Amino acid sequence: MLSATRILAIARKEFFHLRRDRLTGGMVAGIPIVMTLLFGYAINHDVRNLRAMVVDEANTSASRALVADAAASQVIRIVGRAGSPGALEEMIASAEISVGIHVPPDFEERLAHGTPPYIQVLADDSDPVVLNAMRGLNGLAVGPAARQPGAVEIRPLYNPERRTAVFIVPGLCGVILTLTMVLFTSIAVVRERERGNLELIITTPVRALELMTGKIIPYIFIGYIQITLILILGMWLFDVPVRGDLEDFYLGAGVFVISILSLGLLISTAAETQFQAFQMTFMSFLPQLLLSGFMFPFEGMPRAVQYLSEAFPLTHFLRIVRGVILRDASLPMLTADLWPLALFFLVVMSIAILRFRKRLD
Amino acid sequence: MSGAAPAIEARGLTRHFGDLVAVDRLDMRVPKGSIYGFLGPNGCGKSTTIRMLCGLLLPTAGAAYVLGVDVRRDPEALKSRIGYMTQRFSLYDDLSVAENLRFMSEIYRLPRRRRRPAIEAQLKRFRLKDRRNQLAGSLSGGQRQRLALAAVTLHRPELLFLDEPTSAVDPESRREFWEMLFDMVDDGATALVTTHFMDEAERCHALAILNEGSLVASGSPKTLMAELPASVVEVETGNPRAVREFLLRFEPVIDVAQLGSRLHALVTPELPEPVAVLAAALERDGLDATLRRVGPNLEDVFVMATQGG
Repeated sequence: MLSATRILAIARKEFFHLRRDRLTGGMVAGIPIVMTLLFGYAINHDVRNLRAMVVDEANTSASRALVADAAASQVIRIVGRAGSPGALEEMIASAEISVGIHVPPDFEERLAHGTPPYIQVLADDSDPVVLNAMRGLNGLAVGPAARQPGAVEIRPLYNPERRTAVFIVPGLCGVILTLTMVLFTSIAVVRERERGNLELIITTPVRALELMTGKIIPYIFIGYIQITLILILGMWLFDVPVRGDLEDFYLGAGVFVISILSLGLLISTAAETQFQAFQMTFMSFLPQLLLSGFMFPFEGMPRAVQYLSEAFPLTHFLRIVRGVILRDASLPMLTADLWPLALFFLVVMSIAILRFRKRLD
Repeated sequence: MSGAAPAIEARGLTRHFGDLVAVDRLDMRVPKGSIYGFLGPNGCGKSTTIRMLCGLLLPTAGAAYVLGVDVRRDPEALKSRIGYMTQRFSLYDDLSVAENLRFMSEIYRLPRRRRRPAIEAQLKRFRLKDRRNQLAGSLSGGQRQRLALAAVTLHRPELLFLDEPTSAVDPESRREFWEMLFDMVDDGATALVTTHFMDEAERCHALAILNEGSLVASGSPKTLMAELPASVVEVETGNPRAVREFLLRFEPVIDVAQLGSRLHALVTPELPEPVAVLAAALERDGLDATLRRVGPNLEDVFVMATQGG
């Protein structure tokens, strides 16, 4: 039989450790705040105000309207006019501008006969971010031109201002928790091993499942504190809209939190020192950060990598959190991403408990 | 007492760590209600033996029955009945005295209504009442040791393993500790204690001396001293270093221990008149010394048992 007394005793003790360990206590609030600000402000995928020049050889009302339209998107900022397409290329090469727009003299004729390209956009694609941004601008330039200039605009459904923070902040909940939860739990167990507490614990009648469950409980609370903090910062500083139900969000987050806590426990059964726990935590964190779809679009990854990232809790939580926060999805709509998290928890927790030996050898 | 089942019985207990033989075919028997002393140099296998007896390490070979439980098969059945005070303080530095005790009372699942009185009794018994809210990490060596002992006896174990419990405390705390230990044994507990102090060893009901993983001597302190296979000659000299070096090279001398300005020479028992022989030899070498025959003490027993041959 599991003993609730023992589980709670361990949980309470763990709270005491947290309360008295200023560094970890500081990390509970510090990491979410610093990372939210960092990702929200510093790491900005928004491409705005790219320096651009225009060569308008047609110089008709339609062509002028098109250029004005492109400038109005704010993706580019037109800093002047150049004499020839050759001059544009030169200025891009010397990095004076990032974008050149060339409207050919026969722009009106091409439009009339429907023979693209109507205009040419020269992009400094040595910077992939610029190229990416130009894909959007290209649609603006060519799309509307096929019908009437300025009649069509790019209108994203969920993030019309194309602000990265709206995508980033909900995802950050998952990223930050993946780092902190795994780190805190793995360190918590390994620290006991390093300090010799574990030799005492394993001499008592406590069972592995009781120990592990008791260890997890305080960190579920910590996890909730952290996501709440990130969400509040996101709403307050970055105007992240919360469109779905908060209950759905917190419920989904709970499943995610226990799944990554189990990963921390698994690491703690393998790591001998806190430093090793640190290393293993980062080794488990980096692939999740890079491949979960947080940093790079999931759809752009090779098939094999996609299969791999399906095994990461973060991948599924990103879909859940973006679904609930941005698309107002309800949890039943997200079952496809909830059960993998639950499965991950059961499998990893079982391995951790089986690996935890009440022996020193 | 001797007729009852022993608290500990080990037969051929062996533990290897890779190529190292930490404990080699150890036989031991600890009767219930006694204090059993474990002596030996550092690294002789004392801690490893205790860990095997607690079920924390699996023996490579041999068998051990602790309180009638086979430690290889069912160590968990043992754990609520024993207490193990590790060599290193293993309670939580960042928990207060009372919090540590409460934690242990819950881990050992003391009945709810008994927890508080039990903790209060321990605080009183181990003179920690004034310290109840102090963090364990800020206690002195003696206070920590009392806390460790309070924690390990909170659930009234039948058998205590105490690994160098007095290594970090002052002489007064040591004396106190032994008084408390005798109290507990009077209440029916059994204790296995490791120590480096001969005065502590002398208080034990029985002793085992380990050297390089093997049991080299065992018995009551009295028997061990009476049956020491050597004559002891006490040497008083103004030049103990030179005299010691000379004696160590002198054939019939097995070993020499220095006790302040005096030396104890252990001489092979076959030699008749050891005092006269040694005195003559020293005089021939021009070394000044006063010699007399004395009865062996435990230090002599220890030196004899742990010297290379």
